[in-house]
Amino acid sequence: MSMTITEKILARAAGRDDVKPGDNIWVNADILLTHDVCGPGTIGVFKREFGEDAAVWSREGVVIIPDHYIFTKDVKAHRNIDILRDFVKAQDLPYYYDPGTSHYKGVCHVAMPQEGHVRPGEIIFGTDSHTCTHGALGAFATGIGNTDAGFVMGTGKLLIKVPETLRFTLNGQLPKGVVAKDIILRAIGDIGVDGATYCALEFDGDGIQHLSVEDRMTICNMAIEAGGKNGIIAADEVAMEYVRARTDKPFTPLASDPDCTVKEQRTYDLSTFVPCVAEPNLPDKYAEAGQREGVALTRAYIGSCTGGKISDFLMAAEILKDRKVSIDTFLVPATQEVAEGLMSEHIDGKSLVEIFADAGCLDIAPPSCAACLGGPLDTFGRAQTDEVVISTTNRNFIGRMGSKQAQIYLASPYTVAASAVTGHITDPRRFL
Amino acid sequence: MSEAPPVISGKVYVVGDNIDTDQIIPAQYLNLVPTIAEEYRQLGSYALIGLPDDYPPFIAEAEMGTAYPIVIAGRNFGCGSSREHAPIALGAAGVKAVVADSYARIFFRNAVATGELYPMEAEVRLVDLLQTGDEATLDIGAGTLTTAAGVTYDLKPIGDVAPVVSAGGIFAYARETGMISAT
Ligand code: SF4
Repeated sequence: MSMTITEKILARAAGRDDVKPGDNIWVNADILLTHDVCGPGTIGVFKREFGEDAAVWSREGVVIIPDHYIFTKDVKAHRNIDILRDFVKAQDLPYYYDPGTSHYKGVCHVAMPQEGHVRPGEIIFGTDSHTCTHGALGAFATGIGNTDAGFVMGTGKLLIKVPETLRFTLNGQLPKGVVAKDIILRAIGDIGVDGATYCALEFDGDGIQHLSVEDRMTICNMAIEAGGKNGIIAADEVAMEYVRARTDKPFTPLASDPDCTVKEQRTYDLSTFVPCVAEPNLPDKYAEAGQREGVALTRAYIGSCTGGKISDFLMAAEILKDRKVSIDTFLVPATQEVAEGLMSEHIDGKSLVEIFADAGCLDIAPPSCAACLGGPLDTFGRAQTDEVVISTTNRNFIGRMGSKQAQIYLASPYTVAASAVTGHITDPRRFL
Repeated sequence: MSEAPPVISGKVYVVGDNIDTDQIIPAQYLNLVPTIAEEYRQLGSYALIGLPDDYPPFIAEAEMGTAYPIVIAGRNFGCGSSREHAPIALGAAGVKAVVADSYARIFFRNAVATGELYPMEAEVRLVDLLQTGDEATLDIGAGTLTTAAGVTYDLKPIGDVAPVVSAGGIFAYARETGMISAT
C-alpha cells in the first residue's frame, strides 16, 4: 500500500505494515520535549497518575529545555525551573539544559536539532505547538498538552489519529530578497489559519534542495499556524548531513511513495514569490510588503524559534550593514549557539554584533523566547501599549506580544530589517 | 467509572472566530501550574481575559468563577499554542462545555484528554443566533442545544473521541482498554 511520509513514520512507530488517514493508533515516541511553561504541569500529571516515585519511560527520551521565562524577576517562573531541576535530578535525566549554567541553550525548537535530538523518521511529541518545526528533518513532530505529555512520560506511547496530508510542491528557486518566511506566510494566506486542521502539511518539490535546514525549519515551524498537526519535509542528503554532524544515533529516514494519496495538492513556482507580511491579528492575513509601505511602525523585533536563528540574523545584518535603524529594534538570538554566532560571523570584516550596534539596534538580549509570547511584564521587548511591531516571530494574535492594543506584523528577517531602517513596512529588495 | 453525559443549563457567552489560546489565557499567566490546586483556581479567574476590551466581562469583578457555563464560539476555537492551561482555565472558571463551529486540533485534544470540558461542534452558526446572556440547555448525550424560546439545534456527533471522553480522559481510557495497568 502506498503511503505518505507521515503515514509511513506513524505505521512504523505503531508496529504496523500500513495505516490510513483516520486510523486511531498507539504509537511509540522517540522523544518527549518539554519546557519551563508546560514541564511542571506535565510532571504534575505524571506523578499524579503513575506515582511520586515512578520512573520515566526512557531517560534518554525525555528532553527538557527551559526557554520561555528565563530572564525575569517573576517568582513563579523561577519556582517552575526549580520544579524541573528537582525532577531531572530525581530521575537522573541526561538531557536537561539548565538556565544559568554553561548547558543553557535557549529556545527549545532551535536547540533540539542543534543538539542532535531530531532524527529523520522518528516520532517527537512536545508540549509546545511549534514542535512541528522538527518535521524539517523528516521526523513526525507534533505539539501536545500536559496530560498527553504526562502519559507519554510514563508509557512512551500515545493514541493518535493518522492525519490526511496536504502537499505543497515547491518548484524552482526564490528570487533574491525572498526567503522561507515568505513561502510559509503565503501558504498560510492561501489555505487560512484553519486550512490544515487535523492534517499533515508536507512540502516537497525540486525547490527544497535550495533551502537550508534552517529555511526548512522556518517553514515547518509555522505549519501549526494553518492548524496543521505536523509539518514535514523528507530528509535529503543536506538534512542527513546536518543530523549526522550532531548525533551518533542511527536513524532510518522515510519518504512518501510517489503514488501516495493526499487530500490536497498545491504546486508553486518559487520564482513568483515576493516579500510579504501577515497583518494583524492573524497569520493568514497575507499582504505583499510592497503594497503596505504606508504602514508606519514603532518597533522591530528579530527573534524566536521562527526568526531567531543565525541565518535570520545574517539576513538582517546584510540589510543593516552601513545603515541605521529609525525605530526601536529588538534582537533576541534563539539559542546560545546563535548568540555566539553573532560574534563569530562576519560580513566584510565586521561581526554581526558590531553591525547591529552601529546600526543603532538595542543591546542584544540573552537567548530565550522573550517577547515572542509577551510573557511576564518585565520581559525584554514585551509590547506594553499600542506599539506597531514588525516581527520575525510566528503569531500576531491580539495580545500575543503583550498588550492587546499592540499591532503585530509578521515578516521575514529581510523585511523586518528593511522596515526598521525606514520606519514603515518596506520591501527589502530595494536595499539588496 | 464512565458517567452518563450531563445536561447543562445556564447562560451562554458568545465569542467570534479564531479565538486563540492567548485570548483564552494570556501568556503572562502561564507561570501558574495547573496541577497545583491553588494555581488551578487562579487560572480559572483569568479565563478569557485576553479577549478584546469590547467583550462584556466573562468573570465579574472580585469573582473567581464565571456565570456562563456554556461558551458559544465560531470557527477554529482554541487555535495557537498547545497550552493545556487554556481548557483548564475555562474548566476552572466553571465552563462545562464549548459549542463551536470548529476547533483547533490541540485545544480539542486537550479538552478531551483533561476531561475539563465537552468540546461540542455545532451544525449551524450559533454565534449568529445566540447572544451573551441567553439561557440555554445543552444535552451532551442527545447532542442538542435548546434555547429559552424552545428552539432546539442539533450538534455534531462527538465522533472518534467518544470512547475517550466517556471513559473520562486519556488515562481512564488507557486503563479501561488495558493499555496501562488499572491501579
Ligand atoms: S520562541 Fe515563541 S513560538 Fe517559539 S517556542 Fe518560544 S514562545 Fe513559542
